[in-house]
Amino acid sequence: MNIELILFGAFALLTLLSAGMVIFARSPINSAMALVSTFFFLAGIYVLLWAHTVAVMQVLVYAGAIMVLFLFVIMLLNLGESPTRGRPTLARLAGGAATVGLLAVLTITLLKLPQGASAMGPEAQASFGTMATMGQVIFTQWLFPFEAVSLLLLVAMVGAVVVAKSRI
Amino acid sequence: MVPITYYLLLAAALFCMGMFGVLVRRNALVVFMCVELMLNAANLTFLAFARMRGDSIGHVSAFFVIAVAAAEAAIGLAIVIAVFRSRGSVLVEDIRTMKH
Repeated sequence: MNIELILFGAFALLTLLSAGMVIFARSPINSAMALVSTFFFLAGIYVLLWAHTVAVMQVLVYAGAIMVLFLFVIMLLNLGESPTRGRPTLARLAGGAATVGLLAVLTITLLKLPQGASAMGPEAQASFGTMATMGQVIFTQWLFPFEAVSLLLLVAMVGAVVVAKSRI
Repeated sequence: MVPITYYLLLAAALFCMGMFGVLVRRNALVVFMCVELMLNAANLTFLAFARMRGDSIGHVSAFFVIAVAAAEAAIGLAIVIAVFRSRGSVLVEDIRTMKH
């Protein structure tokens, strides 16, 4: 049993546990804190996949910026625990059935995939997932989508200010 | 080394948990958090296939997904604030009309 498999198992278990807490926690604050830990454990899994840069961005952007926004909104709206009356049981059953069905289909499909990862030479291994390699791809092949994303973020920034300010 | 299929199965499980939350939870904020879970599952799939093929394009796609998720969170939370101001509730079943 190698160390990578042990680490993967631990991170995967913790990720799924915290994701479960996000779904089932009564208070939105507890959901948000569980979501933060989900993001941290997922960053660990990204490192196991040699995606170091994306792992760092995950912690900075998701666990940092986005979750601060969530917590800020929860505290601004002063939300308490959700009321005890649940959705009608039929809706819950339908949601559960749809989820289990999708999971079954995905599992059956994924188990048919080839297992292994591509073998990389030591040089490719050293540069895989680094900021330099990603920057090379972004600024050569993906320059236009990159600029489009910057425009999207600008539009989102202006839109958030406008929507949250005016009374709708 | 861990088979890529394990990562993909984890991503599938995470996506399904997010979908269950979106379908079942009533608080719009928690629904948003579950959407973030689903986006993260998609990211994990991108990264797993990037590792499988030894190709950095998966990393770039995950980067774009993170940027779009940031934009989505900003706009979505602004909408939640606006709805809360006009209706005093963030429960999804209280939001039935576009205008009143």
